[in-house]
Amino acid sequence: MTNSINDLLARHTLIFTIVVIIFSLFITFFSEPYGNGLISTSFVKTLGKTVCLCIIALAMDVVWGYCGILSLGHFAFFGLGGYMIGMWLMYERTAIIVQEAATNELLPLTETELSNAIGNQIFGVVGGYEIPSIWMFADSLGLQLILVIAVPGILAFIFGWLAFRSRVTGVYLSILTQALTLALSLYLFQNDSGLRGNNGLSGLQNIPGIEYLGQEVISIGFFWASCIFLISIFLLFHSLMKSKFGLIITSIRDNETRVRFLGYNVEIYKLFIFVLTAIISSIAGALYYPQAGIINPAELAPIASIYLAVWVAIGGRGKLYGAIIGAAFVSLFSSWFTGGQAPDIPLGIFTIEWVNWWTVLLGFGFVLITIFSENGIIGFLRNIFVKEK
Amino acid sequence: MKIKFYIIFLYVFFVNLPAVAHHDEFNIFLIENSENIIKSSAKTVDSILRDIQSFDDEIVSRFLELWKSKSLYYIKDTKQVVIVNENEESLDALEIDGLTRIGNYSKKEIKKIKPNSGVRAKIDSILVKYQISNSDINVRQKSIESLKRNIRPEHLEVLQDAYINESDAELKTVIDRLLKFAIVKYSDSNDKKLEIIESFKGDTAIEIRASLNQLLNSSEVKVGISLPNNKNIARVIVPGFTIKNSNGTSGTTNFFNEDVEISINDAYDKLYADNLVYKKRITQEELKKILEQNISGDTIGGYSISSLDNEQSRIAAYNKLVENNLAPPFISENKINEEVNKFIFYSIYNETSSEVTNAALNTLASINFRVQIYKYIDLLIDGLSLASIYFLGAIGLAITFGVMRVINMAHGEFIMMGAYTGYVVQQFISNHTLSLLVALPLAFIITFIAGVIMERLVIRHLYRKPLDTLLATFGISIALQQIAKNIFGTQARPLTSPSWLDGSLSLSDDLSISYIRIAIFILSLIFLGLLLFVMNRTRLGLETRAVTQNPVMASNMGINPERINMLTFGFGSGIAGIAGIAIGLFSKVTSELGSEYIVQSFMTVVVGGVGNIWGTLAGASLIGFLQKFIEWFNPSNTLAAQTYMIIFIILFIQFRPKGIVALKGRAADD
Repeated sequence: MTNSINDLLARHTLIFTIVVIIFSLFITFFSEPYGNGLISTSFVKTLGKTVCLCIIALAMDVVWGYCGILSLGHFAFFGLGGYMIGMWLMYERTAIIVQEAATNELLPLTETELSNAIGNQIFGVVGGYEIPSIWMFADSLGLQLILVIAVPGILAFIFGWLAFRSRVTGVYLSILTQALTLALSLYLFQNDSGLRGNNGLSGLQNIPGIEYLGQEVISIGFFWASCIFLISIFLLFHSLMKSKFGLIITSIRDNETRVRFLGYNVEIYKLFIFVLTAIISSIAGALYYPQAGIINPAELAPIASIYLAVWVAIGGRGKLYGAIIGAAFVSLFSSWFTGGQAPDIPLGIFTIEWVNWWTVLLGFGFVLITIFSENGIIGFLRNIFVKEK
Repeated sequence: MKIKFYIIFLYVFFVNLPAVAHHDEFNIFLIENSENIIKSSAKTVDSILRDIQSFDDEIVSRFLELWKSKSLYYIKDTKQVVIVNENEESLDALEIDGLTRIGNYSKKEIKKIKPNSGVRAKIDSILVKYQISNSDINVRQKSIESLKRNIRPEHLEVLQDAYINESDAELKTVIDRLLKFAIVKYSDSNDKKLEIIESFKGDTAIEIRASLNQLLNSSEVKVGISLPNNKNIARVIVPGFTIKNSNGTSGTTNFFNEDVEISINDAYDKLYADNLVYKKRITQEELKKILEQNISGDTIGGYSISSLDNEQSRIAAYNKLVENNLAPPFISENKINEEVNKFIFYSIYNETSSEVTNAALNTLASINFRVQIYKYIDLLIDGLSLASIYFLGAIGLAITFGVMRVINMAHGEFIMMGAYTGYVVQQFISNHTLSLLVALPLAFIITFIAGVIMERLVIRHLYRKPLDTLLATFGISIALQQIAKNIFGTQARPLTSPSWLDGSLSLSDDLSISYIRIAIFILSLIFLGLLLFVMNRTRLGLETRAVTQNPVMASNMGINPERINMLTFGFGSGIAGIAGIAIGLFSKVTSELGSEYIVQSFMTVVVGGVGNIWGTLAGASLIGFLQKFIEWFNPSNTLAAQTYMIIFIILFIQFRPKGIVALKGRAADD
C-alpha cells in the first residue's frame, strides 16, 4: 500500500506537471489583467514568490534529504541570485531615468557624465558616486544572467571543494555553511561592499524596457516563469534521483564510508550536488526578488537558511513533493499569521495575538515534528492513512 | 541683578582687606590718568600698565581685575574712576578700595568704562603676573589654568618668575611644563628650544605631542622655479602624487588611497593665481557652459549637437569657437602637465630654524615609537578582552557540544535568559552590587532548570541524530527568542554595572583598560578554573567523561547515563546563564543577544577542538586576537574584520578539521 501511493506520485510526475499547470491557469483566469480580477496582483506576487521558495526547498531537499548535507547556506545563494539580477534591474532602470532627465539638457551626456549621474543616483545613499568595479557588467542583462549562475556556482564550488576534500561532515559542515552565510551577510552589510550596504537594492519590480506593461501583467509573467521553472526542476531532480546517480547520492547519505569503499569518488558526487543545488537556488532567487521588489543583506542572514531547513523538515525530507508542500504551507501560513490577518484568540485575561505568537507556535511545532515524525507532514499523513502492509 | 551681586561680593571682599597702603598715591595716579583709562586704546594702555606696576600688588590686581571685567565706572562731571553700588533709582559711587563713599548719583551721571578686547588682552597679560604670585594657591592654580588655554609671548618671563617662586610642589611641576611649552613656542633662543625639545623625548603625553606638532606647522602650498635657499623647507610636493604627513613632511599615497595634497589641476590653478602662467584653465563645466552659450541652430562651431556626447568632440567644437574668438583658449591636459612640471611646489615650516624642526621631528619620532608600542599593547589587551568574551559565550557550549556532542542551537537563548534574569533582578534590587550577587546564582539556577527540561523533553530523544538535534534546538531557539520579545519588547534593556566597575585603569594617555574588561577577563579565568575542576576532579566530571566515551560501559559500572546527561547538560546551560549576565553588562540586553554570539561560539569550540576545554580557550584566543588584529588594519570597518575572520576560520578548518587541540586515540572517533 505504501508503495502504491509512492509509485503513484513517483511514476506520474505528469500528474505533478498537470496540477501545477492547472493551478497556474486557474490563477491566470482569476487575475486582474486576464480574468475577472478576483485575485489581486499582490496575491499573484505572493504566490509567485511562494513558488520560488518551493524551488529552493526542492534544492534544499536534494542536498539534505537525498545527499545528507545539511547546508545552512543555501538561502545565501538564493540572495546572491537576487543581488546579481538586482544589479542589472537597478542599473538599467536608473540609466533610463538619467537619460530621460538628460533630454532637457542642451548637450548630450558624455559617458563620464552618464556614469557619474547613475552612480550618484544609486550610491548617493551610501555617500558615493563612483560605480564600483563589481558593477562592470551591470549594463548587460546577458552577462548579469551568466553571473546569476557563475557567482554562486563558483562560490559553492570553492567552498564545497575545500570542505568535502578535508572530509568535514555532519554538524561541522552545517556550522561551516552557516559561518559562510554569516560572513557573506556581514560583508554585504558594509557600506563599501559596493552593493549599497544595508539599504540593499530596491525598485526591482520595475523591469526596464517592459515597464509599460504594468505590474499586473509582469506579475503574471513572473508567476508563470516561476511555475515553469518549478516543473522543470522537479522533473530534473526526479529523473536524477531515480537514476543510478541518484542511487549513489542516497547511498552517500546512508553510509558515506561504504560508498567510498565501493570505489566511488564520494567528494565529486557531493560537490556536484552542492554546486548544482546552489545554482538552482540562485536562479530561484533571481526569479523571486523582481517579484519582491527589494533585497537587502538581512535576507541572507543565517536564520533564513535555517528556516529553509525547517520548511523541508516540516514538509518531509527525502521526498520532493514533501519539500514543496513544506515550503508552500509554512511560508504562506507565516505570512498569513504574521501579516495580522489571522484572528486573535481571546483567552479571558490574555489574548493570543498571532503576530507575536506564531513564531513560538512554529518553533515548538517544529520541535514536535522533528521528534515524532522524522518525515514531516508527508510521513505523518502516511502513518495515518497507510497502514503497515 | 548679576552686576549687583558681583558688586556686593567685591564690596564684602574689600572690606576685609587689610589697610591699604599707598592708597592716596594710587588715587592720584588714577586721577592723572583718568582720561586714558576711560577712553583706553591698545596704544595708550601700555604706559598706564607700565606705570601702575609701581603700586601695591594687592590694589593693582584688584583694579585690573575690575577694569578687565568691565566693572569700572566714571563720573561724567569729574571724570573720577569709581565702582558703584546699584540702587533702585540711583547709584552709589565708591572709590576703588570700596571703602570710601563718594556720593549718590543718578544713572545718567555715571557711565560704565568699556575697554575693548585689545585692551582687555593687555590688561590680562599683566594681571596674570599678579595672580600667579598671589598668596592664595587657588588663585594661582586658576591663573595657570587660564594661561594653559591662552598663552602669549609676554608670559614667558612671568612663568619663569613663577617657577622660581612657587612653593607648592605639584603646582611647580605644572608651571614647569607650561614654561617648557612657552619656551618651545615663543623663546628667541634656539638653544633653549633645542634643550627643551630634547627633554621631551620619551614622554608620550598628548600635550607634548600637540606642542611639537604645533612647532612643525607648515605653510600652505607654495610654488616657485626652484626651492628657496634661505627657507626651512618642510616638504617638496609633487602634484597629484604626494600627501602631507602629520609632522609636515611629505609622504606617498598608500594602500588605503589617501587624498593627495594638491591635484595637478589645482596645481595649475595655483600657478595661474600666482601669475606664473597666463592662460586660465578651462574646466569641463566651464567648457560645457561656453558650448551651451554658443548654440546656433543644431550646431556649435560647425559640429552638430548630437555628436557632442564625448569629451574629444566637445573639445574639438570648443577649439572651433576659440578660432572664431568666441572663447578663451583651452589648455589641454598635456599642456597642464607640462606647465606644472616646470615648477616646484613646496611648503615651509613656520619655524624658521631647521635645527629646531629637525630636533622636533627627531623627538616626535621617538615619542611616536613609544606610542606605537603602547598601541600594540592596547591591541593585545583588546584581543584579550574579546577573547574572554568569546570564551564566555562558548564556555557552556564547550560542555554541551564539546563534551556531550549535543548541538544546542538554543544555547544563545540561554545566554539571553541569563542576561534578562540580571535585568529583572535589577528591577527589584536597586543596589547594583547586591543585585549582581543575587542575579549570578539565580541565572545559573534558571538556565540550569531550563537546560534540564530541554534535555528531558527533547534532546534525550535525539541523541543518535545530531542533525535532528540541531534542527529541534533551533525550533526551541526561535520560540524562546519570540517569547522574550513578547515579554520584554523589542527595545534594548539596560543591565547596569555596579559603579565600582565603571571607569578605567589609566596607564598613559593612550593606554587605559576599563574595569569591566578586567572583570570579564577575571570571570572567564574563574570559569576556566571551575570547569577544569568539575570535569577533572569531581565525581560528576568523571562520570560525564565516562558516559560520553562509552555509555554502555559506564552504565555497567553503575553510572546512570540518563541522570549524568541531564546534569551535564544542565550544568553547561547554567554556565551559559552566568555568561549571559557578564555579556549583558557591556552590551544591551535584547532578545537577539544570544543569536549574535551563537555562530561565533560554535566556531570557537570547533576551531579550538571539540571535547577539550583547553581547546575552547585556544579557539577563543585565536578568534579574539585575530579579529582585533584584522580590525587594526582598517579600524573603521569592524564588519569587514568579522567577515575576513570567518573566512579565515573556514579555511583554518579545512587544514585542521579537528581543531587546534585535537583529541587523540579512541576518544577521537566520532
